[in-house]
Amino acid sequence: MLNRMNHDAYPDSYIRAILNGVKTIAVVGASPLNVRPSYFVFKYLAERGYDMIPINPGQVGNSLLGKPFVASLRDIDRPVDMVDIFRASAHVMPIVEEALALTPQPKVIWMQIGVRNDDAAARAEAAGLQVVMNRCPKIEYGRLSSEISWMGVNSRTLSSKRAPAPVKGMRLSLDRASVAGGDTAASDRATRPRSGTS
Amino acid sequence: MTDRTPGFATLAVHAGAQPDPTTGARATPIYQTTSFVFNDADHAASLFGLQAFGNIYTRITNPTTSVLEERVAALEGGTAALATASGHAAQLVVMQQLLMPGDEFIAARKLYGGSINQFTHAFKSFGWNVVWADPDDIGSFQRAVTPKTKAIFIESIANPAGSITDIEAIAEVARNAGVPLIVDNTLATPYLIRPIDHGADIVVHSLTKFLGGHGNSLGGIIVDAGTFDWSKDGKYPMLSEPRPEYHGLKLQETFGNFSFAIACRVLGLRDLGPALSPFNAFLLMTGIETLPLRMQKHCENAKAIAEFLSTHKAVSAVNYSGLASSKYNALARKYAPKGAGAVFTFSLKGGYQAGVDLVSNLKLFSHLANVGDTRSLVIHPASTTHSQLDDAQKTAAGAAPDMVRVSIGIEDKEDLIADLDEALGG
Repeated sequence: MLNRMNHDAYPDSYIRAILNGVKTIAVVGASPLNVRPSYFVFKYLAERGYDMIPINPGQVGNSLLGKPFVASLRDIDRPVDMVDIFRASAHVMPIVEEALALTPQPKVIWMQIGVRNDDAAARAEAAGLQVVMNRCPKIEYGRLSSEISWMGVNSRTLSSKRAPAPVKGMRLSLDRASVAGGDTAASDRATRPRSGTS
Repeated sequence: MTDRTPGFATLAVHAGAQPDPTTGARATPIYQTTSFVFNDADHAASLFGLQAFGNIYTRITNPTTSVLEERVAALEGGTAALATASGHAAQLVVMQQLLMPGDEFIAARKLYGGSINQFTHAFKSFGWNVVWADPDDIGSFQRAVTPKTKAIFIESIANPAGSITDIEAIAEVARNAGVPLIVDNTLATPYLIRPIDHGADIVVHSLTKFLGGHGNSLGGIIVDAGTFDWSKDGKYPMLSEPRPEYHGLKLQETFGNFSFAIACRVLGLRDLGPALSPFNAFLLMTGIETLPLRMQKHCENAKAIAEFLSTHKAVSAVNYSGLASSKYNALARKYAPKGAGAVFTFSLKGGYQAGVDLVSNLKLFSHLANVGDTRSLVIHPASTTHSQLDDAQKTAAGAAPDMVRVSIGIEDKEDLIADLDEALGG
């Protein structure tokens, strides 16, 4: 995947392949406070069977849901498939540079809702990594599995297949038919100036 | 699977619903239960803290109701939806998230009478002040904007005469004022008009009308377009500020482009309590499965009857936006090309008594105060809902003594025309 993605609207197939493919996820900026979005994401993805690693230099010595905090990507003791970034857009480039210096390199750089750094994305894509910006992996996993439908959220997927009720630790099938080409542009509108009315 | 775009009728049948995880039931089961067991203490804590997706109590979420919510969100092109016990409850929950005591909102003067009452009296007791504007004069919305304005509210197809509102022009006013545009899309349904495509930030419905469509269940719904930045200037603290009841959680930061729907659920429905019954949700979603077919028939019949009435010797005027003679016909062609809805008014040469006689003589049309049923409905506002007003007040309220309102059903149009013709004296 050396071609640059259109980062305004990701096809569901792109997000689905990433979430099905990665196993180990490092969360940069993970918070121990249970009302912070990074805590929500860390806990949810851990319960869906991902191997989660919390990164926060101010929390070294503590643990998050049984996983010890580490100070930086360099300090992780095992290969990482995806780096999920909870930092302001302006601080993303050094994190991506640090990720690219790892051996082996991660496969995916993911920036959370409200985080977008196109220069850093281009750097990662030039090195052969996949990039997602201004999205949340918890929301996307919940959406593609339709688990988020419990909250009345439009999953923009359809399925005529029976799926088991989710329980803790279960990986869910993300293989549902997508609506509207997986165009997730709506989630960008709230964080950018709107243009035009239709 | 291939990423493709299903059509409206496919979404009307499938969106939100898949076979039941436990039994494989293909129709969505009615989960007629108040509460749901927790797997363990940690699961309970995750649900109460909004960290996990799942059900606690039917006042907040219910698996039958959530199918209805996702289906309407999909049909409107929104990010999420929240069902309520009625359309009025939907409006109350929306405004609770947007207004603090002393704040204002601008509303179109042409609205369902029940909404006019709610805004004028009930909301006033909360310190939420409505400022009226004229949907036929876009400048009146612009002039009504003040620093206290928090929202603009309009109907897409407006009561009582089925006039069409210029949604895009009013969306422009809302955007310049930095406030969300709320559109009541009850009379159009998303089959005829999708307000989000024209700049709406929030869509509300009385599901009781055409969406449910069978006159058997009350319900309301709020659809979040996912388009508004609630945190930009601190005007919407319910969404942008830490919530004490959730230990400092900030809703927009956490839930992104569906945070308004979550606010309506966890701050509105949870604390005010107007939840929809799961049984009503089941009946309403069953109705929605045939929405496209019904709306085609409603509109076809309405146009035929409006044309018939416009040539009838007892009728002085017909107000139907689908007629070329209507001053709203250009807006109808732009916003509702598939049909101008099925609710309209007409005036009788014989005045007040002719209205009373018509309602009394009709055999198929039912005389009652509702719209959007499979059955054709009629009401003479001057002798019923507006009978306490004097003639000048009746005319100002769009309920002149000679005016009759109809909601055309899906019967055979020939039978409806014959009923009207006979009741009008042939």
